Amino acid sequence: MDAPLRLISSNPLDQLARTIEALLVVASAPLGVEELADAADDDAERVEAALGLVGERYREGRSGIVLEHVAGGWAFRAAREAAQACARLYEKPAQRNLSQASLETLAIVAYLGPSSRPDIARIRGVSADSAVANLVERGLIAEAGREEAGAIRYRTTPLFERIFGLESLSALPRLDDVGETADAIRDRLHAVAEKRSA
Amino acid sequence: MIVRELELDLDAFEGPFDLLLTLVLKEELELREVDVAAIVLAFLERLAEHDQLDLDACGEFLVLISALLELKARGLFPEEAAELLELEPEVAAEELARRLAAYRRMKEAAAWLRERLESEGERFFRLGPAPLAPKAETPLAPQEPDRLAQVIRLLAAEPAQVSLAHMALRFPPVGQFLERFRSVLRRRARFDFDQELGGLSRIEQAVAFLALLELRRNGEIAIEQAAPFAPIRITRSDVEREDSWTLRSA
Repeated sequence: MDAPLRLISSNPLDQLARTIEALLVVASAPLGVEELADAADDDAERVEAALGLVGERYREGRSGIVLEHVAGGWAFRAAREAAQACARLYEKPAQRNLSQASLETLAIVAYLGPSSRPDIARIRGVSADSAVANLVERGLIAEAGREEAGAIRYRTTPLFERIFGLESLSALPRLDDVGETADAIRDRLHAVAEKRSA
Repeated sequence: MIVRELELDLDAFEGPFDLLLTLVLKEELELREVDVAAIVLAFLERLAEHDQLDLDACGEFLVLISALLELKARGLFPEEAAELLELEPEVAAEELARRLAAYRRMKEAAAWLRERLESEGERFFRLGPAPLAPKAETPLAPQEPDRLAQVIRLLAAEPAQVSLAHMALRFPPVGQFLERFRSVLRRRARFDFDQELGGLSRIEQAVAFLALLELRRNGEIAIEQAAPFAPIRITRSDVEREDSWTLRSA
């Protein structure tokens, strides 16, 4: 009757898996394998194996809580089937009403960062001041040192990766499949240049 | 349609187009903040309201907006303006194409982010500051109860009374000096304060001065001093009155 709830009966990693569950419930940000291993006082390899057990138990369709690998660590989130209920209880201010300017700025910082305001203005053709301030306030980007000339550089935060469901920035899709468009622009400009020089 | 009266509602500016131009020319509005594309859109919307194409308005608008664009471009890339002017058309076109392509890529990235945001809209998770790490305890050194008792005993002993006698200020009574001055004045009609009190301590001199003020208040004496720090001369009142009478009758 008082026997502990078992994830998978008689698995030698049960105890460690339960400890990991507890750590992830307490944490408010994703925890890396090293952090989990330190806190659980166990070795990283066993922690990874135990995470497999936890992931098996906490997955979509089986539990209201889902284990996910996000922002360079492991974290619990609500199951998608409970999203509407969660939305009634809780707002998501960080990603609400992101303007086109903010998204473009966010894309530049995510792909090319760390980037300064002048870097962003150079690509977008308009001043980036208000978009950058807005993203900083939302916690999606943060300061990351300065350029030699003194301009503050920005990088995306773990919150950005978490909100967009990215394991890390390397999970962003490659963007070199727009070559045709660039060539088309180039051809058009060449045509104009020839007309002018003629 | 009058181009200058075109109403604009931009992030950086709200009002008629000619006011925007004025503010930009007076450098009261940062052109970098102005979204030129939004101005073009506003103009096109107004244009679409009319059945016939207003060529005059289009021409005027083109001139104004292109000037605005050139100003803005120079403002955004001040250090490169000279450099770009010297470029061959092909090279300039190449550079422009490179920049447009870079922007295009970022626009695509932004579009991907927007899609992702929508598809991930169902993800809810806990947010908050990271929990505090446990603080390491600082262990105390081994304690000896006997020594502690010894120290407490020292603290419990009543301290010896400290004499404050040397700090007391002893004031001689003012009355003593009142008597003294009155007896002097009985013998002499005038005297000098410094002469009479020479050799007394500072405190005694101060009390003597108070006695002097007291006598003056009672109207028994008159006090004179020719200049600051000059000797203070005291005159019996009846003598003083006689003097002034003599002066007046003279």
